[in-house]
Amino acid sequence: MAENVVVADDGVDLSRRKFLTTATVATGAVGAAFAAVPFIASWQPSERAKAAGAPAELDVSKIEPGQMAIITWRRQPIYIVRRTPEMLAHLKGHDDLLKDKDSKDSDQPPYATNEIRARLPEILVLIGTCTHLGCLPKQRFEAASAEMGAYWPGGFFCPCHGSRFDLAGRVFTGSPASVNLRIPPYEYPTPGKLVVGLDETHKGAA
Amino acid sequence: MAAPQATGAAGARKGLWAWINKRLPVDEFISEQLTGYYAPKNFNIWYFFGSLALLVLVLQLATGIFLTMFYKPGEATSFDSVEFIMREVNYGWLIRYLHSTGASAFFIVVYLHMFRAFLYGSYRAPRELLWILGMLVYLALMAEAFMGYVLPWGNMSFWGAQVIVNLFGTIPAIGPGLVEWIRGDYGIADATLNRFFSLHVVAIPLALLLLVMLHLVALRRTGSNNPDGIEIKNNLGADGKPLDGIPFHPYYTVKDVVGVGVFFVLFAIVVFFVPTFGGLFLEGPNFEPANPMSTPEHIAPVWYFTPYYAILRAVPDQRLGALLMGLAVVLFLFLPWLDRSPVKSIRYKGWLSKLALTVFAVSFISLGYLGLQPAEGSYVLLARIFAFLYFMFFLAMPWYSRIDPVKPVPERVVYHAH
Amino acid sequence: MRIEKGAFVVRASSRYLLALLGVGLLASAAVPAAEESAGGAGADWKSWHADTDVRNIASLQRGARNFFNYCVGCHSLKYERYSRLGEDLAIPPDMLDKYILQPGDKPTQYILTSMPAADGEAWFGKTPPDLSLMARARGADYLYQLFKTYYVDMSRPTGANNLRLPAIAMPAVLSELEGPKAAVYRNVEKRGEDGKPSTEQVFDHFEQLAPGRMNAEEYDGFVRDTVNFLVYVGEPTQAQRHALGIWVVLFLLVFTWIAWLLKKEYWKDVH
Repeated sequence: MAENVVVADDGVDLSRRKFLTTATVATGAVGAAFAAVPFIASWQPSERAKAAGAPAELDVSKIEPGQMAIITWRRQPIYIVRRTPEMLAHLKGHDDLLKDKDSKDSDQPPYATNEIRARLPEILVLIGTCTHLGCLPKQRFEAASAEMGAYWPGGFFCPCHGSRFDLAGRVFTGSPASVNLRIPPYEYPTPGKLVVGLDETHKGAA
Repeated sequence: MAAPQATGAAGARKGLWAWINKRLPVDEFISEQLTGYYAPKNFNIWYFFGSLALLVLVLQLATGIFLTMFYKPGEATSFDSVEFIMREVNYGWLIRYLHSTGASAFFIVVYLHMFRAFLYGSYRAPRELLWILGMLVYLALMAEAFMGYVLPWGNMSFWGAQVIVNLFGTIPAIGPGLVEWIRGDYGIADATLNRFFSLHVVAIPLALLLLVMLHLVALRRTGSNNPDGIEIKNNLGADGKPLDGIPFHPYYTVKDVVGVGVFFVLFAIVVFFVPTFGGLFLEGPNFEPANPMSTPEHIAPVWYFTPYYAILRAVPDQRLGALLMGLAVVLFLFLPWLDRSPVKSIRYKGWLSKLALTVFAVSFISLGYLGLQPAEGSYVLLARIFAFLYFMFFLAMPWYSRIDPVKPVPERVVYHAH
Repeated sequence: MRIEKGAFVVRASSRYLLALLGVGLLASAAVPAAEESAGGAGADWKSWHADTDVRNIASLQRGARNFFNYCVGCHSLKYERYSRLGEDLAIPPDMLDKYILQPGDKPTQYILTSMPAADGEAWFGKTPPDLSLMARARGADYLYQLFKTYYVDMSRPTGANNLRLPAIAMPAVLSELEGPKAAVYRNVEKRGEDGKPSTEQVFDHFEQLAPGRMNAEEYDGFVRDTVNFLVYVGEPTQAQRHALGIWVVLFLLVFTWIAWLLKKEYWKDVH
């Protein structure tokens, strides 16, 4: 029999080998998982991205009635409209034309689930990206215009695929979009000062 | 081989395994390279560094890929983007320190790996090409490290690049034109930085991967050497396997994992507690942005280049110094033919060879230390002495390796159970 | 005060203390030994150590206050955000606003100086450098020595000179705190290379010319806190790094031990 260094069967504690192999592999796997954490975490928004996503402010007293201002928050356009009493009146009377009149399926903070979809009736704050595929809707505030039709109460029109929204951002039937325009978190820490990105549940720059 | 007809999950796996093996030689690879590849059983501590070098290569690639996601090459942006990584990217500081420590770890491991070859004659026939390929890996590694160091665009990045690139100007006739061509500008500039970025991230890593792969293929062709310098294939058992060999898997896979563990412990201590390593791994002047108007007090390359830097400065003539520095690296390539000893391993060589190797090791380390110091006073003389000894190790080798009385080499390897 | 994010949370476990001891031994290679007097005559200034400890949040807070009172007028910390400072140093937003935030700056902004770079160059000969990385570039000891070796020198445009950085462009901003001091030299006989004897002026000691608003001990504490702060700004993640490192090294030791047992088991086969 050739002199072979490896002892095949005698005296080999196979169960101990299996145990130690499992222990080593298991510990190694745990180590590898922990080692992966910093690499995966590095993809999270950096401090720079978070700082750029910090709350944005606007002095809304400067907006004329019927006018819209646009600011940027977290790389998205925020539409801020000072609604006239006439515009507010036009929010009623077309419930049957709306896909989600109670905003049940739509995305907004608790204080914007009311009919006016805002904290204050005069100021509409919404994220100016169409809930269909993300284009920027254009303002069409004039009611019953020739372009929009006799029923048109005023609102927004998305040029990409034709979605229509009213002056509270609620989506009309016949639009490719299926939910209302989104409302960001916001608050008025002092009268006239709008801060987008802060409210009861959203604090700080993160 | 037909797929065995088995049922259940194990059967499904067998089916899948057979399906893969019909299309890729997986089983063959395992049996030829792992369980069926016999390595000498008497490997000692010097034999850990090959697998560790491969580990560090993988580490550098992984951390390098992630650094490239955040680093912005360019004179105006490089330095700031590194601080962005250190402060504002989640765990960016860790990825950066892994990469910077990894660079130094790579050279520690590679130098120890090369020294093993000196000890046991691993560069001798039939492993000359293995050695040469390894040297090419070393050269590519030096280029990779040099260019990588320029990328943070600190003041040492800039001035180190300035000095080393200027060395090429010493080449007769084509020198000055060559330097401008390398730089892409009249001084180290944005053009230089950007091309170094491309070479460091894409070109040289690809070259390294290819060379390392060829290095491994060459190793498997000849089989490993061992501390006794005996060719284990000369003593085969009745089963056709070397009597002094053991299957690579599981014995050396299991042993190498321990080596990896010990390495990571030491590596982690540096990364988490002394990442600058007293200014050796991350140099102080490099925390200041590149300033073409202000040279750091002491320009020195990173520690792994300092032996050659010391040789460069030891020679009073710039052109001759650059030439000798290049020769100092190139001489390694000729080792398989300079060593005329009848035996491979230092264990069986005589006192002359042992003395020569000791002197070489001391000279290399001393030159490394001297390269970090300013070229003043007694340092200059010492650098010259050690540079001379360094060259004599190689140039006198054909003579002393031949006349050195050798000890008889045993038939079988010397092994102590451990 | 207990700080959550990135700080060294002390727990009473012996394993932790043992690891800390081991780490301390290793880290002591990088951290200078804890000695050093608050001044004295000054002849030994080259051996003065800063002895920073970025875990001392109170010291960092004082250092931040010092920086914003005396330094930010000319020097920026352009890689550090106010909000980061507030978080790491446990400074609540209202205090950050009152004591740290410069007028018109928001918390998420980087800390910049209001002095235009061109003015700095015109007034001092060179633009006051950004200090975010100064502690990493020159070292804490260098900064400590710099602030403690200013002396009156009427031949300089600012009326002050410095032993650590001769012909320094920066005026002795802190001399109202330390009090102005003069550098006293003594003559030392030397033999030149040609064998001819010559006399050289060698720094001997400092002489306090007038008291500052702080005594020597207070000023020393002021400098140490400020240097400590700059060391923190140089690498804000260092506390987090140490904390994580302990666990990583311990885990790796356990893994290596298990792997070693596995190796020993298999290598019983080999004779």
